[in-house]
Amino acid sequence: MEQNFALELKNITKTFGSVVANKNVSLQVRKGEILSILGENGSGKTTLMNMVSGIYYPDSGQMFIDGNEVTIASPKDAFNYRIGMIHQHFKLVDVFSAAENIVLGLEDEKGFDMAKNIEKINKITAQYGFELDPHKKIYEMSVSEKQTVEIIKVLFRGADILILDEPTAVLTPQETVKLFMVLRNMRESGKAIIIITHKLHEVLSLSDNVAVLRKGEYVGTVKTAETSESELTEMMVGKKISLDIERSEPENCEDRLVVDSISCVNREGVKLLDNVSFTARSGEILGIAGIAGSGQRELLEAIAGLQHLDSGSVIYHDPKTNQEENLRDKTPMEIRQMGVRLAFVPEDRLGMGLVGNMDIVDNMMLRSYKKGKSMFLQRKNPKSLAEEIIERLEVVTPSADTPVRRLSGGNVQKILVGREIASSPTVLMAAYPVRGLDINSSYTIYNLLNEQKKKGVAVIFVGEDLDVLIELCDRILVIGSGRIAGTVDGRNTTKEEIGLLMTKSSREEQEGGSEE
Amino acid sequence: MKKLNDFMVKTFCNAPCHIAKRDDIVWWKAWIIRIVSVLLALIVCGVITVALTKLNPIKMYITMFEGAVGTSRLVWNLFQNTAILLCISLAVTPAFKMRFWNIGAEGQVLIGGLATAACMIFLGGRLPNPVLIPIMLVVSIVAGSIWGLVPAYFKTKFNSNETLFTLMMNYIAIQIVAYFTLEWSVPKGSGTPRTLEFGQLPTLLDQKYLINILIVAVITIIMYIYLKYSKQGYEISVVGESEKTAKYVGINVKKVVLRTMAISGAICGIAGFLLVAGTDHSLKSDTAGGRGFTAIMVSWLAKFHPVFMIVTSLLIVFLEKGASKISEVYRLNSSFSDIITGIIIFFIIGSEFFINYKVKFNKKEKEAKV
Repeated sequence: MEQNFALELKNITKTFGSVVANKNVSLQVRKGEILSILGENGSGKTTLMNMVSGIYYPDSGQMFIDGNEVTIASPKDAFNYRIGMIHQHFKLVDVFSAAENIVLGLEDEKGFDMAKNIEKINKITAQYGFELDPHKKIYEMSVSEKQTVEIIKVLFRGADILILDEPTAVLTPQETVKLFMVLRNMRESGKAIIIITHKLHEVLSLSDNVAVLRKGEYVGTVKTAETSESELTEMMVGKKISLDIERSEPENCEDRLVVDSISCVNREGVKLLDNVSFTARSGEILGIAGIAGSGQRELLEAIAGLQHLDSGSVIYHDPKTNQEENLRDKTPMEIRQMGVRLAFVPEDRLGMGLVGNMDIVDNMMLRSYKKGKSMFLQRKNPKSLAEEIIERLEVVTPSADTPVRRLSGGNVQKILVGREIASSPTVLMAAYPVRGLDINSSYTIYNLLNEQKKKGVAVIFVGEDLDVLIELCDRILVIGSGRIAGTVDGRNTTKEEIGLLMTKSSREEQEGGSEE
Repeated sequence: MKKLNDFMVKTFCNAPCHIAKRDDIVWWKAWIIRIVSVLLALIVCGVITVALTKLNPIKMYITMFEGAVGTSRLVWNLFQNTAILLCISLAVTPAFKMRFWNIGAEGQVLIGGLATAACMIFLGGRLPNPVLIPIMLVVSIVAGSIWGLVPAYFKTKFNSNETLFTLMMNYIAIQIVAYFTLEWSVPKGSGTPRTLEFGQLPTLLDQKYLINILIVAVITIIMYIYLKYSKQGYEISVVGESEKTAKYVGINVKKVVLRTMAISGAICGIAGFLLVAGTDHSLKSDTAGGRGFTAIMVSWLAKFHPVFMIVTSLLIVFLEKGASKISEVYRLNSSFSDIITGIIIFFIIGSEFFINYKVKFNKKEKEAKV
């Protein structure tokens, strides 16, 4: 044999029920190489890597490590073959220090010497250019530090093949740059690195080769140097599409929702929202950017009447009556009865916005079932609404009687957004409305939001992809640790500016915390 | 360590089959699986019967059948028992649909029965039956729903664990009933329960249990409509599926929990009323006879569908009656009939596994030997 691949997959197939997650996927990665696995959500990237790391077992196909066929039946096997996976959701013990988490679960070899282990950890951090204090507790760490711990954990165990599942999803642009530097250092030292991603610019800036998956099928591998953004998109989606979002000039802007210095705390007394003020105007898309968990959810829920506020007010200007109403401390039902047409597309679609086990028609009724005096349900209007949404938004479903949990993420979101828009709202709030959606569905959602904006709706859009926020929104509010870090104009801002604002507020908080 | 690992790989990964989730199954396939599982259960029971007792299993099944539906009296008995079990199953269903694990039906039935008995003793003879019986019904409904509301109240107020709470309420109910059984027994304190002569439910068409069956039939229809077509039933489903969604659309979750448990307790109260006034004409601490727990199984087996519950409750009562007849005829220990019922129910529940999952046989790979 000429050159052995560090890892080679041949014709791997995995099905879940009738869903084919991976079909005849083959790929190779060499030592000292970074391979990106690119594909839309649901294209089977994570499933494939879970098979390599021993979480799933393939239905058929072969795996080779250094040229030898292997069977990986458990994470332990993967570890024996020096494969380490960094999952999207970290698996760390909060009250332990970084070093304790790293050595956790290692087999004892006659006596345990923490000092020696810490020395080893420090050696790894120095070698690859990480920044980590091994004594720091996990609960004191930022997301990017936690990720560092996860990476060092697998390196400490001697992994030569590293798999990172969407590593940049939770990072700011600055942190991403740092991570990429570390990954390049690892490549230099001969590790084989696989990163799972759906972000094109990351692929282009980091990897040597790109393997593209589409709907579970292996499309092909291309050299990064020889490809372009549009070629990769075409491989991912299967057809050419334009990646521009149209943005019209806001018209007839009036103040619709004035949020004035609202604050709230959680059960532990930690401030979730700290003196937040802003105004949402009609005919405008207001973006909200920030690191995940910085108070975006609480902010929207506070407006929707789902989050108790300790201070401040949420004033709604009724366009019909020109009256002002305070929505604070009102339940969602009361808000609706006041005539406030507030639509809310929550982050958790199946856990909050919809009921997964109910069919589309019953989900349509969620907002309107109480109408009328009869004690019985009236399913005629919801049914026609369901059919209308299915037709207009091109929802792929066997019928209107199909439980929504059976639909794909994009179709679920179309149902939810469709229902919320159907109430002809004056304020539309959407939290991460394109998370997990393929490119086509994402653009359908962007267009729907734009359509609402043109109709004079005040749209509030919480997003994670800064590129999209900048292209779609008229104004962008940056939130960090429950505080407004700044407002920028979507037409003349940069990712770096937003990224700086995102981190600024969290750094301030950490510094403030250490003084106490 | 390496050896163990190799062993694990060999046994689990090279095993001839693995399990995968099914998407959706055609209804008739599901029923074939269920029927096959019952047949398998009967075969296994037959083998065990021969092994343990040397009896002819076919004869035994005939006895079982005769024990359940051999005479018209037995058939009425079967229906009567089914009706009561169905009634209690219907009672726990709304709570279960709401994911409120009400395992306190036993206690709620007993309290309903106690309330009925109290009316029969204290008002019996002073009021004519047409007045007395509606009063008994109302009082038993109120008593049952109070017994259901207590755990619901603590759940909504303090988020207490409803499983433990409803379970412990059972023991309280059993002890209260035990006390009154002694108190009301004739002669007092002897423990022989008093026969309650006033307020017995009327006999229709010469069949003393017919009225029970009719009442439960009506409850079944109402419950079906309530769960499927009423706004309240819809709220129950939403709260059960996702409390977050319920809050998001503005459903008052606490109100729904309280209301549903009141309904659940109330129907249990009716079951108690039917048992005391319509069937036993007396009150003992084992009047509910474990049906409060059996009902949970009936409800789950029918996937909370009131109409399917008719089938599942009939099946379970049929098995119980038949199996106890076997023990009686062949003079076997009563544990034997429990073994038979246990095996059959085990297979029926097990069949649900094969309805939800399928077993795939791995193709042997040719390369393996090369």
